[in-house]
Amino acid sequence: MPSFPRAADASTRNTQLRANLRHATHTIRAKRATAVAELDDWSRLRAAGAAIKDRTLRHLDHYLERLESAVTAAGGHVHWAADAEEANRIVTELVQATGEREVVKVKSMATQEIGLNSALATAGITAYETDLAELIVQLGDDLPSHILVPAIHRNRGEIRDIFAERMAQWGRPAPEGLTDAPADLAEAARLHLREKFLNAKVGISGANFMVAETGTLVVVESEGNGRMCLTLPETLISVVGIEKVVPTFQDLEVFLQLLPRSSTAERMNPYTSTWTGTTDEDGPRAFHLVLLDNGRTDTLADTVGRQALRCIRCSACLNVCPVYERAGGHAYGSAYPGPIGAILTPQLRGTGSEVDASLPYASSLCGACYEVCPVAIDIPEVLVHLRERVVEGGPASVRGTRTVIKPAKGHAAERAAMRAARWTLDHPRVLRTGQRLASRTRRFHPRRLPGPGRAWSDTRELPRVPEESFRDWWQRTRGESRTEGRKTT
Amino acid sequence: MARVRRALTDVPRAETPDEVPVERAYHRVHGDRTAAESVDLLAEHLADYRAIVHRVDAPSLPALIARLLADRGATGVAVPPGLPASWLSAVPDSVRRVPDTAELTPHDLDAVSSVVTACAVAVAETGTVVLDAAPDQGRRRITLVPDHHVCVIRVPDQVVDSVPQALERLDPTRPLTWISGPSATSDIELDRVEGVHGPRTLEVILTGPETAGRS
Ligand code: SF4
Repeated sequence: MPSFPRAADASTRNTQLRANLRHATHTIRAKRATAVAELDDWSRLRAAGAAIKDRTLRHLDHYLERLESAVTAAGGHVHWAADAEEANRIVTELVQATGEREVVKVKSMATQEIGLNSALATAGITAYETDLAELIVQLGDDLPSHILVPAIHRNRGEIRDIFAERMAQWGRPAPEGLTDAPADLAEAARLHLREKFLNAKVGISGANFMVAETGTLVVVESEGNGRMCLTLPETLISVVGIEKVVPTFQDLEVFLQLLPRSSTAERMNPYTSTWTGTTDEDGPRAFHLVLLDNGRTDTLADTVGRQALRCIRCSACLNVCPVYERAGGHAYGSAYPGPIGAILTPQLRGTGSEVDASLPYASSLCGACYEVCPVAIDIPEVLVHLRERVVEGGPASVRGTRTVIKPAKGHAAERAAMRAARWTLDHPRVLRTGQRLASRTRRFHPRRLPGPGRAWSDTRELPRVPEESFRDWWQRTRGESRTEGRKTT
Repeated sequence: MARVRRALTDVPRAETPDEVPVERAYHRVHGDRTAAESVDLLAEHLADYRAIVHRVDAPSLPALIARLLADRGATGVAVPPGLPASWLSAVPDSVRRVPDTAELTPHDLDAVSSVVTACAVAVAETGTVVLDAAPDQGRRRITLVPDHHVCVIRVPDQVVDSVPQALERLDPTRPLTWISGPSATSDIELDRVEGVHGPRTLEVILTGPETAGRS
C-alpha cells in the first residue's frame, strides 16, 4: 500500500478524477447546508447525538451485553469477532453451513474493512455487491473512493463500458446497445441484480445502528437493495462494528434526523429498515449478528481518539475537506477515506505501516470537518494527537494490550508522515482553501448565530481562528501574487 | 468483552450509564401546526421526493384505486390479508388478486405489477410513510418487488409531525420499513434516477373526512 503522499500525487495528476470529485463534493456540500438549515435545533440534535454516543462508549460493555441478550431473545444468534480474520472465518462457516456458494450483499463498510469478499472467494463463495455504486466498483475491479457514493470517481461513459464488458461474466449481461444515460445504466443494473435477489438464499449486511434495549438493527439506504437483502434470503448475516450500538429505541429519533440530512442532504433517505431477530414468515428464518472488534477496543482505550467511534459514516466530512477533494478516496488506503479515515484507520490498524503513519498528516487542520460532523467529532484534535504518537510514541493499546509505542524516528513511517505533511503544504490551494474556510466560518463561532454554526459553540470551547490566514495576510501586505503558481496543476 | 472492559479503565467503576449526561434540548416537533396543516405538509414533502400524492374522501377511495391500477395497466395486484375489502371493490375482476401468503415466492411476486397497502404512521416533516407489517400492510416483500406501490394513509389520524412522534407510536419488535419517496439512486454522476430495486412509482393516497372535496 503506497503511503498517502505517493498515492495522492498519482491521483492529483488524474484531472478527470479531480473534476468528478470536485463536482460531487461541492454539489453535496451545498445541498447539505440547505437541509441542515431547515432544522433550527440542529446544534442541539448534534449535541445530543454526541452525548448519546459518548454514554454508549463509556459503558460499551453494558450495552453490548444488553444487545446480545435482546438479539438472542428475539431469535437471532450473536457471534464475537476479535479481528478481521476471525470475522471472515465466522461468516464463511455460516455461509458454508447453508450449503450455498453465492451470497448477495448490501453495501457495508465493516465488510470492506475486513476484506470479506476476497475471504469468501478463497472459500469458493461468490459475494455479489448489490448497491449500484458498489456494483460498478466490483465489476470494474476497483476500490470504493467515497463513503456515500463509492463510484464517484467514475463517469457515465466509464460505467457504460464496465457494464457492457463485465456484466456477462457475473450473470445477466448488459442489454445490447446500452447507452450512457443514467436511467439506462440503472435499468441494466436493475435487471442484472434482480436475477440475483430472486434466487438468493443468503444475504450479508452491515447496520447503521443497533439498539441495545430491544435488539433492533437499522439499515438506512436509498435504492432498496438493502431491503432486498434483508428480507428475501432465508439466512441473513450482519457484520457490525461494536461501536454501532445505541442505548434505546427512542435514541433513533436523534440519529434518524442527523444522518440523512448530513449524508444525502435529504429530509429522510428513501428507505430505512429495522428488524429485531426474526419474524415468522416475514424475512429470513435465520439471523446471525457478527460483532466486530478489529481495533475498535484499542481506539476505545485512547481517551482522545475514542470520539472517532461516534462516527455514523455520513460522509459530510469528506465533502468539505480540501485535501480529500484533491487527493481522492483511494489515496487513504482503506475503506474509510477523507478526514474520518485519517483518524480512524491509524487507530484501527495502528501506525506501524507507512500509509497509516502518513494519514494523520493528510490534513491542513482547517477544521471544516469538525464543523459539519453531526456527532461533533473533533477530527483536528485527534489528528494532532495521532501525529504526536507517530513522532514521539507513547502509551497505546495494541490488540487489546496496553503498551508503549516507540517513536517512528528514522523509519519509513516517519518519512511517510513527513512527506504527507509536505504534500499538504506543497499544494497551496489545498492549504489556502482550508484556511480560508476556517476564517470565513469564523463569524459562526460566537454564540449568537442560529443554524449549523451554532453547534460549534454548543459542544465545546473553540480556539479562536485568526481573521485572516498568515498566507492571505502575507499576500495582502506584501502584495505579491506568487502563491498560486507552484504545483497546483 | 474483557477487552472492552480493559479499554475503559478511565471510567470509574461506580459510574452508571445514566450518569453520563445526555441533554435532549432538541425539539419534539418543529413548529406548531393544526392537523390539516400537518397533512398539507406531508403532501408537500411526499411530492418533493417524487411520490405521487392523491387526496380523496372515503366514499371515492375505491374508484381512485381502480383508476390508478388501470392507468398503470396493472394485470395483477398483491393484496395484504387485512386490507379492507372495500378498497379493491371497484377494481375489475380481470385484474388478478395475489394474496400475500407464506407460499408466495419472490419469483411469484416479480410477476405482479402493483401492490396496495395501508400504513402504520406517516411523518409530515420528512415526507415519510412507515409500514410495520400489520395485516393491512402485509409482509415486507410485497411492497418491494412489484414496481408500483399504492399506499393509503388515513388522515389525520395516522399523520404525526415529527420523527420523535413517529417512534413513540411504533413497536420496535415489528419489522419496520420507512419509505420516503420511491427507490432512488444518485450514484451515477449524482444524477437522481428513480428505482433501481424497489418500486419505481410510489403513489400515496390521503383519505379521510377532512380531505373531502379536494384533490
Ligand atoms: S466523522 Fe462525522 S462527518 Fe465524518 S463521516 Fe463520521 S459522522 Fe460523518
